[in-house]
Amino acid sequence: MNLSNDKVIEMYNQMLKIRKFEEKAMELFAEGQIPGFVHLYIGEEAVATGACANLLEDDYITSTHRGHGHILAKGGNLKEMMAELYGKETGYCKGKGGSMHIADATKGILGANGIVGAGHNLAVGAGITAQYKGRDQVCICFFGDASTNQSTFHEALNLASVWKLPVVFVCENNLYGISMSQARHQAIQDVSDRAVAYNIPGVTVDGNDVFAVYEASNEAVKRARSGQGPTLIECKTYRHRGHFEGDPTVYRPDEELAEWLKKDPVKRLEKHMLDNKIITSEKLEALQKDVDKQIAEAVEFASNSPYPSLESAVEDIYTDMVEEVRVR
Amino acid sequence: MRTMTYGEAIREGMRIKMKEDANVFIMGEDVGAFGGCFGVTAGLYEEFGEKRVKDTPISEGAIIGGAVGAAATGLRPIAELMFIDFLTVGMDQIVNQAAKMRYMFGGKITVPMVVRLPAGGGVQAAAQHSQSLEAWLTHVPGLKVVYPSTPQDALGLMLTAIEDDNPVMYIEHKAMYAMKGEVEDTVAPIPFGVADIKREGADVTVIAYGKMLHEALKAAEELAKEGIEVEVIDPRTLYPLDQETIFKSVEKTNKVVVATEETKRGGYGGEIAAIIAEKAFDYLDAPIVRVGALDTPIPFTACLENYVLPNTVDIINAVKSIVVVANNPI
Repeated sequence: MNLSNDKVIEMYNQMLKIRKFEEKAMELFAEGQIPGFVHLYIGEEAVATGACANLLEDDYITSTHRGHGHILAKGGNLKEMMAELYGKETGYCKGKGGSMHIADATKGILGANGIVGAGHNLAVGAGITAQYKGRDQVCICFFGDASTNQSTFHEALNLASVWKLPVVFVCENNLYGISMSQARHQAIQDVSDRAVAYNIPGVTVDGNDVFAVYEASNEAVKRARSGQGPTLIECKTYRHRGHFEGDPTVYRPDEELAEWLKKDPVKRLEKHMLDNKIITSEKLEALQKDVDKQIAEAVEFASNSPYPSLESAVEDIYTDMVEEVRVR
Repeated sequence: MRTMTYGEAIREGMRIKMKEDANVFIMGEDVGAFGGCFGVTAGLYEEFGEKRVKDTPISEGAIIGGAVGAAATGLRPIAELMFIDFLTVGMDQIVNQAAKMRYMFGGKITVPMVVRLPAGGGVQAAAQHSQSLEAWLTHVPGLKVVYPSTPQDALGLMLTAIEDDNPVMYIEHKAMYAMKGEVEDTVAPIPFGVADIKREGADVTVIAYGKMLHEALKAAEELAKEGIEVEVIDPRTLYPLDQETIFKSVEKTNKVVVATEETKRGGYGGEIAAIIAEKAFDYLDAPIVRVGALDTPIPFTACLENYVLPNTVDIINAVKSIVVVANNPI
């Protein structure tokens, strides 16, 4: 696939933004600045980036509990994201959602989701809207390997395939469902095998190769836009961190992590760009500094923002009925 | 005035909104040419076509979840479940998705959808097709729960449900689909949170909805013969609940019976009773009495089902228990 140098650099920039955002979140969580549960996307950046690089602003995505990468790749704003992780009023969800529930309707981001497997059917719904309105929008549904054991996965793929909905199902097979290795949670090696049951294309790609993800998604998005229905793409990848920050990862061997660290998708693309003279090392350094600056600004914005007022606790439950809820 | 069945009124409400707003559509099992499990959508497929009356696979998670996703992206779906009992297989989509999205996302996503839920017993459908599960839904912030009991209310509340920008759980009693009633010629939405006094009376307040509303009206008729005047209040919407109308009635009658078809334990009738006890205790001259089903699954055979479900006689007995207490203090 021929991609312009600018497009490659843009994708690298995106991956780096995710990486550095996550590294900062990791640090802030360890310092106690960020409360709650944090599930980091480090190691999987090529999936969200390669897939979302095919989307337009009015396309949709559904995400997961490990959602920061998807949201950034779909155009999410660093400052509002960081502020939400802090639980601040200026965050994406005004402090009501936190890490697992970031959404941005204006960018077609239908939300990270704390329920494993819940995004599948929401993506079907977005596909219904696109088809109903006769628009050529698509929805990319991101999910993990373990969620393909949920009934929702099968219900969604079944309905999307029989109605030929414009949904691209992108499985991030990071080899674990929390502590359960794939071999222990399903009797298949390739999640894409499951496409057969729905008579849709199923492909497996190297999820740490942003070009492979881009290419597979490109074809799937084209299919979806042209009314040919859904595709299941499996991206084999690995999370460098535990399921959540604080997870001691006793369930996986250190050697396995070491092997995957060698396949780091960000370093891999960096090497590719330098080897192929897509970018000079000076420009690369400048770009990295710029991302650092953006992250620092996001942290500053978040830490300087106020917490929400207590009155706001009863707002946004309904589009109306605020005062009714306020009464204890 | 015209006469309509409860089922026809529900359909008419959907039909009016579908004609008004191209974003309104129906999805569910056998809602198309088959006309729906109870015939409620009959004719809509012919009138609006398959794009707007969508037959789905038997897949409640996809029906409700698909409706949530469609609502969040600009449509106004009406999802039909064949039986409220099937909530169990689509419950995450309602409780963790539809009800929570707006709040979790800081008000930035709107989920305007209606889920139609045929509930209740009395048709020998046994334990998995006869339940009254409204309390599961009223317990969840983010949902509105309506339960019309007459054709007029079914029509007016359906219009409001579809117009509402929030997820609305629209509960229908399946034994009432063929029940006829008068409907105003001028069609108007009925606002949520406005109860209806279905019968006025000074001696005791009976709060009831669904099929129990009609049992309560029958009980009131019988009790009137004995000189006991029952005020029958139909809340019409369970959340929001019109507490003021209830309190005013209790202020007048000083006695309350809450009659619902649910198994009593953990039911919404208990919530209504608790609200009255908490906020209108001073008006009460007698304990609040709840009438409900026995705490059993709903049995199949008629003699057992009739034994388990509450009826007119239970309401009469409940009323007499407190009217007697009040009039003949020991």
